[in-house]
Amino acid sequence: MDVLDVARWQFGITTVYHFLMVPLTIGLSLVVACMQTAWWRTGNRKYLAMTKFWGKLMLINFAMGVVTGIVQEFQFGMSWSEYSRFVGDVFGGPLAIEGLVAFFVESTFLGLWIFGWERLAKPVHLACIWAASLASTASAYFILSANSWMQHPVGIVFENGKPRLTSIWAVLTNNTALAAFPHTMAGSFAVAGAFLLGIAAWKLHKRADDDREVWFTSLRWGGWISVAAFAAVAITGDVQSKLMFQQQPMKMASAEALCHTEQPASFSVFAVGDVSRPDCENVKSITVPALLSFLANSDFDSKIKGVGELTTEYRAKYGTNYPVDPKLGELSGKPIDYTPLLPVTYWGFRFMIGFGVAAAGAAVLALWMTRRKRFPANPWYARLALLGIAAPFLANSTGWIFTEMGRQPFVVVPNPTGVDGVFMFTARAVSGGVSAAEMLTSLILLTLVYGGLAVVEVYLISRYVRGGIAGVMPAQKESTKDADVLAFAY
Amino acid sequence: MDLPVVWFCLIAFLWLGYLFLEGFDFGVGMLVGLLARDNDERRVLINTIGPVWDGNEVWMIVAVGATFAAFPNWYASLLSGSYLYVLAILLALIVRGVAFEYRGKVDSLRWRRWWDRAIAVGSWVPPFAWGVVLTATVTGLPLDRRGDLVGGPLELIRWDTLLGGVALVGFSLVHGAVFVALKSAGDIQRRARQFAATIIPVALAPVLGLVWVLASRSGRGVVFALAGMVIVAAALAMQRLWTGRPATAFALLGAVIAGTVAVMFGGAYPNVLPSTLDSAYSLTVWNAAASSYPLQVITWVAAFGAPAVLIYQGWTYWVFRKRIGTQHLPPVHVP
Repeated sequence: MDVLDVARWQFGITTVYHFLMVPLTIGLSLVVACMQTAWWRTGNRKYLAMTKFWGKLMLINFAMGVVTGIVQEFQFGMSWSEYSRFVGDVFGGPLAIEGLVAFFVESTFLGLWIFGWERLAKPVHLACIWAASLASTASAYFILSANSWMQHPVGIVFENGKPRLTSIWAVLTNNTALAAFPHTMAGSFAVAGAFLLGIAAWKLHKRADDDREVWFTSLRWGGWISVAAFAAVAITGDVQSKLMFQQQPMKMASAEALCHTEQPASFSVFAVGDVSRPDCENVKSITVPALLSFLANSDFDSKIKGVGELTTEYRAKYGTNYPVDPKLGELSGKPIDYTPLLPVTYWGFRFMIGFGVAAAGAAVLALWMTRRKRFPANPWYARLALLGIAAPFLANSTGWIFTEMGRQPFVVVPNPTGVDGVFMFTARAVSGGVSAAEMLTSLILLTLVYGGLAVVEVYLISRYVRGGIAGVMPAQKESTKDADVLAFAY
Repeated sequence: MDLPVVWFCLIAFLWLGYLFLEGFDFGVGMLVGLLARDNDERRVLINTIGPVWDGNEVWMIVAVGATFAAFPNWYASLLSGSYLYVLAILLALIVRGVAFEYRGKVDSLRWRRWWDRAIAVGSWVPPFAWGVVLTATVTGLPLDRRGDLVGGPLELIRWDTLLGGVALVGFSLVHGAVFVALKSAGDIQRRARQFAATIIPVALAPVLGLVWVLASRSGRGVVFALAGMVIVAAALAMQRLWTGRPATAFALLGAVIAGTVAVMFGGAYPNVLPSTLDSAYSLTVWNAAASSYPLQVITWVAAFGAPAVLIYQGWTYWVFRKRIGTQHLPPVHVP
């Protein structure tokens, strides 16, 4: 493997891993803020117990999201220094703003929330969790606008071989970002909903009778959040894919593994065999006629360009061969392959949708089966609910893998209606001064540490789940002389 | 004033904030293994920084993010050029952050021991590696015409960069001990003060050495004046500590690190990362900077954002101003 391959694997592994923690943090912290608000408004101890329990799980996960996030900010410079130089005028801004506006608020107010129980006035303490969770939402917005600029560069002119920023407003209101943000937020709530639903169902199955109210309410919250999140995911996803057909036609043709232009274009539900064959039609099973045309343009007869036709167009626009440059290694002077890895994009797209639908279906079923405070006796119900937690996580991961692999071979995708010349091939983005051995060292070490910490996180979460409400509610103070004892300490 | 110069100063200020605030966090982490005698004392130490360490770490994240935004070429060359060192920092910070959060979540000796090791690694490695990397950025690396490192990772191992690493470790250790003396109560407080008073000459010697080396390399009067200020502040801090005044000593240590950062960056100016191969390849405040429009944007954001950060972080320290002793710790209550 050369430097480029290792750097790509590293970015993929660290980013997918980071994005296991992020949606749970974003979704769950906002849900916990709502729980604490409910406690503050009603004084009902049930909501306090929910805040404490789900808040504890949120914090266990939060720590991992924070520490793996630092790697993200650094690795553009470490592994992708050519990329950083090329996009520096645009890309660093949202990152710096994210740190200054979002991370400071998030980390400071989360510290205040963790340690501020009984020390801060109740409304102030409640405001702290809102500040921290809204700041993590804001950070998602800034990073998504940076990512969206890579998918669809706007707000720039092209000077001296580099994009020069002319409007930060255009970058922050990039229609790609405005579509990606609600889609990602809905995906985060889907994760939080399934998490609540699965764990609460498991606790009810285990007959945690003392706190039945707590688990039941959590389960219902989880169910409704999942259903609402799925509706939002579907609507925003539809908006996003229509946009993507215009902005990155190759990505969407690859999502379907559409080898030849079709009019009207059909949508395949699944395929048996290698979808990257030149006669891809023959491996696809259960195709829905004209559905792809509908997904792209809301009609049933429009033409959708296939990978072959698009490749010809891309070659004419963006060149047929990589430049001759020793830094490009094996790719130097070679023809550019404009087709993403079709099995990855095709299946990534289908798994994303499939896992999302599965999670939503499970939530609807759960809400139906627990109506009027009933809970099914069959143990498989709780087992499936617990297993179902994985579905929205997998949908998020496969969705990101699809969208990031779908823009290859570009790291900065050309904007078809934007400024000429602003695009970058991934092969040109990698650091020049870093050897494959160094890159491999970091890939191995990060993967090992991340793997070990994943085990620890899952272990801790399951321990706290088993401990239930009793494990997170503060012990009663023994006497008044203990008044100085902290409400919480590490 | 020109915006690249403003941002050069702001980035130096962010590093100062980071080294001052995380300096004592790192020191406290080092003392968990050095000074505490039992689990209660270790918990006292960790809880002196419990609510604030994460916010302190953000100073580094913003320093690096601001470097990306304001000086993309500096960001790209420095982080790729010091790849393995930055990797060490990242790994150490990962295990440290998780350790603070997870250590108290299971009541088992073995569990805590593992996290104590993680806290030790996470508190000794980053100040040392940052010392190496920051000294390298102000004194230079063998960069080619593209700004890429030539010669591999061992190019960063030089006596001056190692001195920089030891200097930040020494500073953090004594700074953390003084912080514990101010924030804890009981026996651990007394021992922290004694420890600080004992090690301060050894701990600050490499800082003074680094400052002197960098000042004499730059040869500028103003940098020498700053170096002189560092030496005076260090001497006063020592004297205050020996006469039992840790609060003023703490403030004076702040002056030491402020002066040190000023000597480092001020001595390098207008370079941000000189090339030791050819000065034509050196990255400067001018050729590494982003264009003026994005600099204006982040200046506006910083103009409103930075004072707000200072206010609410200051408020956090006020909320958690009380000293912590073993008698204040709640009993371990975990599932």
